[in-house]
Amino acid sequence: MDLTVQDLACARGGLPVLEGVGFTLHPGRALMLRGPNGIGKTTLLRTLAGLQPALSGTISAPPEAMAYAAHADGLKATLSVEENLRFWARIFGQTGIGQALDEFNLADLAHRPAQNLSAGQKRRLGLARLLVTGRPIWVLDEPTVSLDAASVALFGQAVARHLRAGGAALIATHIHLGFEAAELDLTPFRARPRAMDRFDEAFA
Amino acid sequence: MSLWEYANPKKFMQTSQAVLPAIWGLTALSMVVGLVWGFFLTPEAENFGSTVKIIYLHVPAAMMAINAWVMMLVASLIWLVRRHHVSALAARAAAPVGLTMTVIALVTGAIWGEPMWGTYWAWDPRLTSFLILFLFYLGYIALWEAIENPDAAADLTSVLCIVGSVFALLSRYAVNFWNQGLHQGATLSMDKQENIANVFWFPLLVCMGAFILLFVALVLERTRTEIRARRIKALIARERMA
Amino acid sequence: MIALLIRDLALAIRAGGGFGLGLAFFLIVVVLVPFGVGPESAILSRIAPGILWVGALLACLLSLDRIFALDFEDGSLDLLATAPIPLEGVVAMKAAAHWVTTGLPLTLAAPGLGLLLSLDPAAYGWLVLSLALGTPALSMIGTFGAALTVGLKRGGLLLSLLVLPLYVPTLIFGAEAVVRGAAGQANATPLLMLAGITLATLALLPFAAAAAIRINLR
Repeated sequence: MDLTVQDLACARGGLPVLEGVGFTLHPGRALMLRGPNGIGKTTLLRTLAGLQPALSGTISAPPEAMAYAAHADGLKATLSVEENLRFWARIFGQTGIGQALDEFNLADLAHRPAQNLSAGQKRRLGLARLLVTGRPIWVLDEPTVSLDAASVALFGQAVARHLRAGGAALIATHIHLGFEAAELDLTPFRARPRAMDRFDEAFA
Repeated sequence: MSLWEYANPKKFMQTSQAVLPAIWGLTALSMVVGLVWGFFLTPEAENFGSTVKIIYLHVPAAMMAINAWVMMLVASLIWLVRRHHVSALAARAAAPVGLTMTVIALVTGAIWGEPMWGTYWAWDPRLTSFLILFLFYLGYIALWEAIENPDAAADLTSVLCIVGSVFALLSRYAVNFWNQGLHQGATLSMDKQENIANVFWFPLLVCMGAFILLFVALVLERTRTEIRARRIKALIARERMA
Repeated sequence: MIALLIRDLALAIRAGGGFGLGLAFFLIVVVLVPFGVGPESAILSRIAPGILWVGALLACLLSLDRIFALDFEDGSLDLLATAPIPLEGVVAMKAAAHWVTTGLPLTLAAPGLGLLLSLDPAAYGWLVLSLALGTPALSMIGTFGAALTVGLKRGGLLLSLLVLPLYVPTLIFGAEAVVRGAAGQANATPLLMLAGITLATLALLPFAAAAAIRINLR
């Protein structure tokens, strides 16, 4: 499924941060979001995932097509790797988790509680969760935070595998992940300071 | 011209600026007339003595304590349905006024209760209901203060106001069931006005009118302040972005 | 959605504190009361239904802020909001899990604590019945309060301030049902009202709570 975004404007804390954002993401491709801190990468990704309404503009794919992941993985420390994964699979109406465990090299850790995993292993588990959602478009917010170089490489391979399988990925990151990807710099889309809302005109 | 045009901040600021002096003038006039008439120009009631005169503060304040919540409920619904910012801000502006009215009703009630019933406080259904109403106001105001994003705060307080209204009504019924009390019935509602002699009733009507005007004036004034505060926030944010 | 209920129960059992803390708090409240009011069993017997209901209510309140806060912090709430199950269902399951971990154990433990307070023998059945009917409403109302304050720093105190006034009708009808039942008076009205409040809150508040969560996540 193509993801086409047209003239999108989104707000953080009631104030517009981005406007006029537009891009197209084809299956099998990845798009890297760049831009300085505070430009609104997280806001854009949350808007696409359906967690907050857009101020204006259109998003061609519904939120149901997207699997959202921020740097918090939604893992429960006292549940095992398998239990964590099985829970999310059931929430998303999927059955098998074997493939996800295998692909992310987690089968040996299946019965270990999530609190005993290293940061890299947790991140892999978080990514395996994306696989059990069964959704085509991955929307990832700073996925490589707190990962060492080896884990970043593993992560990059995982995303590349998803792309080869016909998925797509939208990733906000500063790191090169080791596969070909288009880049989108958000700096030109910074919302211009202007009349914010109708409170300006109260004194016009 | 539609009523909704007054929900436009600009129109609201202009209109409220034009009418506020008149409303304040009428408030002052009716308040002075009502209270002087009530306190000094009515006879002493047979079985109440001069204490009955606190009624001219107690009853209007109690009435406005409830009406303020109803007004907040209506404003909250308007905000949720039509997204008029002024409506949300008016609800926010009304809450502390309603809280103050509730406190006045409770305190004057306690002062009156001591000579009448021999106690400042009794767990009478009406008194208890007002105490619960007081808690509802506190929670509502605290929620407004706690949330930074103004639109989210308006949404959440509106939801709380609607749910709270249902529970407030339910509490009223529950408290009645729990304890039938000392408080005289609603001797002062319109259809029961024969229960109170005209000589007391007319000044009371004036006082009730004065409290309604006072409420309107205060809410308008406070809403104007809220709009200005939002404008300042918008300007600061714009400064930061530029 | 059942998966969510099962996970929350598993978490409550493993992390500890879920079942035990509320019960221990309930016990402590009930133990402290005689120190405050004196050991005469006539007085204790008279105030026992009220103390047990207030104690259950406070014990319930204790764990409310954990309903969504943990899921909010570790990102689960974002993921649940983007999941295919409706957020209203998530809220209902959260309330159900809260009830199973607090309301149900409190209901079962109440007769034992009634002994400590010289509860009238005729009142035990009514106590269990009224708690069983009323505690689901406490959990659901509390879940609504937790949804309003999710993501707020220092939301715990605010949560109590918001939720306690909403608990008033449930408390009144619950305690009244026990008092009247023990005295041999007709108590069908408070019991029916209690059941009505529980059913109405279960039917309507998930929508209000889900709306509040959507607003808070945005």
